[in-house]
Amino acid sequence: MENFTPVSAIIGGAMIGVASSMLLVLSGRLAGISGILAGLLPPRRGDMDWRILFIGGLLLGAVAYQVFAGEVYEVSFSLGWPAIVIGGLLTGIGTRVGSGCTSGHGVCGLGRLSPRSTAATITFIVAGGLTVFVVRHVVGG
Amino acid sequence: MIRNIAALISGVVFGLGLTVSQMTNPDKVLAFLDVGGAWDPSLLLVLAGAVTVTVVAFRFVLKRPQPVFEKGFYLPTRKSIDRKLLGGSAVFGVGWGLVGLCPGPAITSLAFGNTESFIFLGSMIAGSALAHFWPRQVEEETEVLQPA
Repeated sequence: MENFTPVSAIIGGAMIGVASSMLLVLSGRLAGISGILAGLLPPRRGDMDWRILFIGGLLLGAVAYQVFAGEVYEVSFSLGWPAIVIGGLLTGIGTRVGSGCTSGHGVCGLGRLSPRSTAATITFIVAGGLTVFVVRHVVGG
Repeated sequence: MIRNIAALISGVVFGLGLTVSQMTNPDKVLAFLDVGGAWDPSLLLVLAGAVTVTVVAFRFVLKRPQPVFEKGFYLPTRKSIDRKLLGGSAVFGVGWGLVGLCPGPAITSLAFGNTESFIFLGSMIAGSALAHFWPRQVEEETEVLQPA
């Protein structure tokens, strides 16, 4: 637990909750990001501007963080391109078939106390945990 | 216009939250999912922090007759816990565990300029399009506009 960062986790998490609540109270929309993105495929007149602006806002938030922090945020990926492509495809397929992702089912669905979203959230966390276990301790171990 | 500004500001706060909490850092996410290794429980607190806010705030928000700038709330209507929900979520979980990015952070991390983020997002969008070929895939989730 050497890399445990409870303070930034709780503050960042609370900001995610505040942002989701803002979108719901102002625009009546749930901040499910896979759904907001998929709603642009294909773009529909009258239903695309808010989606593009929300997504643009996500990027702007990350830019603002780097400006305030005065440094470029370092990210590292543990696996190569083939795994990234496969992971991306599975994420795209799974979030559409399963009707949501970490934000839609996790943050918003749990916020609505939805049994459906609770089941989905437990499922993707367990599947993610098993995948990491296999990659790191079975194949890689 | 005002609706679009509301969406933009919500997006900015969301993107800041993802970055501050390090959901945008695949290593951090994988360390959370790696219960059998050097487990880092930080992301459990990210989810707890976010859900604590939404559980309280949504209760009040959904008691309103309507949102501030819209005529109604757009909420999913489906209630069933079926194979499609669980199968799709499991497939997503495998992708999440493989790379360490979920859709929100995948978009947000483009701002850090890594080639990998662009490849991941491109593949994710391709996957969303492919989802229509999933067996017994029905029409898009219907959303209902609650009467104001």
